[in-house]
Amino acid sequence: MTETTAIRVTLNGSARTLAAGDSVAGLLRELKVHPGLVVVERNGEILRRESYPDVRVEDGDTLELVHFVGGG
Amino acid sequence: MQTARSDPGVSAVRGPGPDRGLAIGPHVLGSRLIAGTGKYRDNATMVEAIEASGAEMVTVAVRRVDLDRSVEDGVLHHLDPTRYHLLPNTAGCYSAEDAVRYARLGRAAGLSDLVKLEVIGDERTLLPDVAATLDAARVLVSEGFHVLAYTNEDVVAALRLEDAGCAAVMPLASPIGSGLGLVNPYYIREIKRRLSVPVIVDAGVGTASDACVTMEQGVDGVLMNTALAEARDPVRMARAMRLAVEAGREAWLAGRMPRREWAVPSSPTEGMID
Repeated sequence: MTETTAIRVTLNGSARTLAAGDSVAGLLRELKVHPGLVVVERNGEILRRESYPDVRVEDGDTLELVHFVGGG
Repeated sequence: MQTARSDPGVSAVRGPGPDRGLAIGPHVLGSRLIAGTGKYRDNATMVEAIEASGAEMVTVAVRRVDLDRSVEDGVLHHLDPTRYHLLPNTAGCYSAEDAVRYARLGRAAGLSDLVKLEVIGDERTLLPDVAATLDAARVLVSEGFHVLAYTNEDVVAALRLEDAGCAAVMPLASPIGSGLGLVNPYYIREIKRRLSVPVIVDAGVGTASDACVTMEQGVDGVLMNTALAEARDPVRMARAMRLAVEAGREAWLAGRMPRREWAVPSSPTEGMID
């Protein structure tokens, strides 16, 4: 980790401040979201689940966390 | 067409073989009823109703995880994904681009190539944008999706969607959530006659008789959600729908008697006493 400054991201449409250097896997852990049941889209691109520990959340990222809900 | 004889031995020989099931993409479904998972008053009722419906394939929607909620609202926390084929939808999308994006998210979430493609063109009627549906279908087919395309009861649109490579075409019975039943049986029958891919009537079925009449048109299946979720007793309605879909299918396979605008006696006209 290079520095501990905060970064600003847009997460599910809301602005959030996160600690710099966190991975997607770390973010999901903090949010208490089970990685197996969600899909993460980062800046319009769907991330593969296996890549969550390796992908770092960057300042300015737009993240969407989606899952299946009831629907017709 | 001849009227049925009452000898069970004869009808057993002459009758149709067992229904081989509904083949969609890589799956063969024993049930011709596909159930939605939305709008139930609670998850326990949803699970019980879907079980009672006999459905083997269920639709789900893709939405943001609610990060501020402590209660888990994901449908897979309640519905066993090893028991049902999940059919992610693109409900709520008003453009081909959005529908493609939701379809990709649904594939990533469910690890299946099935998608119920739905591109809405009008908020009040929720009628489909057929041109945008076609555009999205072409993209998704090229990406290897098995596309089940929601569309109008429009023969030409159905033919175009089949040409685009859709795995099934799903014309509406009437608008989504309306419960108005099958408003255009003539066009639904013609769509079924003209297409080679399965035709599944999606949306508008309100009660068991609607489902039965729909299946009697010869279509391959029915997809329903609100009719179950908004029934006073969803589990009981689900049972009724299962029976109605089976009854309609059997009646179609059996071949109905001709309609006549005059009476024909059922008892012998000979042998009457003086």
